Amino acid sequence: MTRYSTLGLLRAGLSNHRNWPRAWRDPTPKPRYDVIVIGGGGHGLATAYNLAKQHGVRSVAVLERGWIGGGNTGRNTTIVRSNYRQPQLQRLLEYSLKLWEGMTDELNYNVMFSQRGAVFLGHSDADITQLAQRGDALRAQGIDADLMSRAEIARLIPPLDMSPDARFPVFGGLIQRRGGTARHDAVAWGYARAADALGVDIIQNCEVVGFTMKGGRVAGVETTKGAIGADRIGICVAGHSGQVAALAGLKLPIESHLLQAFVSEPVKPMIDTVIMSQSIHCYISQSDKGEVVLGGDPDGYPTYSQRGVPMRLEDVASQAIALVPALSRLRMLRSWAGTTDMSFDGSPILGETPVDGLYLNGGWCYGGFKATPGSGKLFAHHLATGEAHEIAAPFSLDRFARGATIDETGSGPRAQDR
Amino acid sequence: MLRIDCPYCGRRAQAEFAFERALDAVLPLDATPEAAVQTLYARTNPKGWTWELWRHTAGCGAWLRLHRHSVSHEIAAVHTVADT
Repeated sequence: MTRYSTLGLLRAGLSNHRNWPRAWRDPTPKPRYDVIVIGGGGHGLATAYNLAKQHGVRSVAVLERGWIGGGNTGRNTTIVRSNYRQPQLQRLLEYSLKLWEGMTDELNYNVMFSQRGAVFLGHSDADITQLAQRGDALRAQGIDADLMSRAEIARLIPPLDMSPDARFPVFGGLIQRRGGTARHDAVAWGYARAADALGVDIIQNCEVVGFTMKGGRVAGVETTKGAIGADRIGICVAGHSGQVAALAGLKLPIESHLLQAFVSEPVKPMIDTVIMSQSIHCYISQSDKGEVVLGGDPDGYPTYSQRGVPMRLEDVASQAIALVPALSRLRMLRSWAGTTDMSFDGSPILGETPVDGLYLNGGWCYGGFKATPGSGKLFAHHLATGEAHEIAAPFSLDRFARGATIDETGSGPRAQDR
Repeated sequence: MLRIDCPYCGRRAQAEFAFERALDAVLPLDATPEAAVQTLYARTNPKGWTWELWRHTAGCGAWLRLHRHSVSHEIAAVHTVADT
């Protein structure tokens, strides 16, 4: 692998950047591998990278139905933070956030991770009480969280509507200063390139259509490019977890829903932090290109269509404009939708399945992007050693039958609708 | 946006309705714990035609059974829960 560097960039400039080598190979699949990872999104690629890097498992294939960067890794609002409610999720996401902080160096690929801070706004006394409680819980876990007054929020985010008749009055907020955004497709490409350099075969346009079993355990996969054998197989196909698991006869506590994101035309820098409001459920940030990125509620019903309803654009735009009135002058440039793996307690599923040799990484709801590096490292640990890492252990699939759910949203046994 | 033909109110916009759950996820009151886990958590999550329970929350409040396609969003049938 040619290392990317400033000098290399200058050198490539001498030939008008026409001679860059391809970032990863396009191999034909071998008859068998030690480990197959199904799904070439961020989580699958990070899993393969860590198998090779951390555990010396070099005989690894990543099978991707489409192309690298074409799925959910590139269909989110790019927000990275670890300020969740449940302690198990806090540990998992903080483990991940620490990996984000070194990702660009580790992968030798600029993922443009920008720790610009992520702020929850509070719109009532009750909101502030909740945010204070969450902040205390986070600090007890060693995660940074600072409660901010109304005046501090006004200084941090000048374009917020702080007028007396604001639709959503701002009473204060809770900031995670280490939170921020990253360039999402660079995460997929960076992991793909780094994994490939360690000998991982990344096979695109290769859909898994069945599993082969031998002696009660999984022995390989049937694909559109033929049969491939493996000792252990990891499913990392969030959005389609239920579909792939069904090929092995499994039913999961997961429904596929849809989350939209919206991007405005680019403008000069106006918002240099991530604005979030959980009581109205709206996310606002500005990309490095200057586009304002908006997100909100999922569409709320099962669908694989990757097409959102216009109703949600109206909701999100009206909330964003109420918070930041200047946004009303912007034109929306584009929108997209990702198929989300909505688990039935709002938390991911990591670990073994009832089928020997088959492991699952899914159920990330609409919060998987921020977990990419941690999820990959923890899942690789499980695939390589056969044992769950202690941070991943609470997220086992059998927790639903044991009544040990990690109910992040308090939604009960159903997909969360916000 | 889906347009759903409520048997009582006629054709209305999706914004008036709420998806409740897949029809096979409705739990009988006398289910054993094992059956309850199966019913609530073992989802087929079909990519294609599916039966679902919806509610006309911002309309007449009726509980409805929808036969809907999860990729094309086509709705083939809307029944009230009482109507079998």
